[in-house]
Amino acid sequence: MHITVLPQRKQFELTGRRRAADVLRELGFLPGTAMVIRGDELVPEGSMLEADDVIEVRSVISGGGQS
Amino acid sequence: MKCTRCKSPAEVELRQHNAGFCRACFIFYFQRQVERAIAKEHMFSPDEAVLVAVSGGKDSLALWDVLIALGYQTTGLHLSLGIGTYSDQSTTKTVAFAEARGLPLITVPLADEGLAVPEIAGLTRRPACSACGTLKRHYFDQLAIDRGFPVLATGHNLDDEAARLLGNVLHWQMEHLARQRPVLQPTHERFVRKVKPLFRCSEYESAVYAFFRGIDYIVDECPNAAGATQLLYKDVLNRLEAASPGSKLTFVQEFLHKAHPALTPTAIEAPQTCQGCGMPSYGALCGFCRLVRETATRRERRQAAERA
Repeated sequence: MHITVLPQRKQFELTGRRRAADVLRELGFLPGTAMVIRGDELVPEGSMLEADDVIEVRSVISGGGQS
Repeated sequence: MKCTRCKSPAEVELRQHNAGFCRACFIFYFQRQVERAIAKEHMFSPDEAVLVAVSGGKDSLALWDVLIALGYQTTGLHLSLGIGTYSDQSTTKTVAFAEARGLPLITVPLADEGLAVPEIAGLTRRPACSACGTLKRHYFDQLAIDRGFPVLATGHNLDDEAARLLGNVLHWQMEHLARQRPVLQPTHERFVRKVKPLFRCSEYESAVYAFFRGIDYIVDECPNAAGATQLLYKDVLNRLEAASPGSKLTFVQEFLHKAHPALTPTAIEAPQTCQGCGMPSYGALCGFCRLVRETATRRERRQAAERA
């Protein structure tokens, strides 16, 4: 599967089908810190991703100063 | 996994609530969470005009979207911080959001005031996030009172509040702890009420809401945020959350219910009036006026050195 990680715009290729949670773990994301997006749908962390899927992993963490 | 509410296939799983939702039910759930927070904490009423601080990020645009959906009267306030293409894109997305929905928006380009964050940070050698926070607080406070808004809403979420609480506890910042509330009542005639309607919504939830609603927010991170202490605290809290879902919500809620009432009577110091701008201040000059004066002095020195 082809993965684009945002906001860094890094590209990854993974072989085989696997759970979204496992993909996040392999990419170094803790649960609940990134959305797994396939097309226009959000993939729950417990759902399977197929080997030929094109996926966007979008970090949800933002930070800096407190306003 | 099935949607907790309608039993159709779930598109999002919320481990802290042991729940899952389809898209429509999640949008309903998120808006209800915000509506309940506004009502329970007495943040504002439907007849009050709300000034919403919008950065172009997921939280502030999600908040503005929810407030519109709930029928509140809102005006957006956007500070263009002068942080290169990051600020340009943030402003573009904020303006596009407002125009697409016909919403009133006040935009303040700080570079036009000679106050672009990178230049101030470079001249004064202060951390960019510190200078940025000082500028934001001043303009939010001043524009809210000058334009006649009784309330200012910001998009601070549960993760922001948990990280701030952790930082305040690690350093036992008693005055900061006393001021850490989802509603901050004015303590000076030139302050307005400040509210955080997303304080019980996680960063993940607000990102999912923005995605489901098709909100085009800025995904890029502020270039100055790399290495920020707040991100370290968020990482620690997310590790706790992974091992024990619900930890962040419990940390913040139990602080507000159990610890905060013991702090309030003694720790809040009423502000004076700044001799420079007339806004509230904890000294003769407020932090904004000190920053502006220091910037002007250093800019003059640099220009004199360049001429010599």
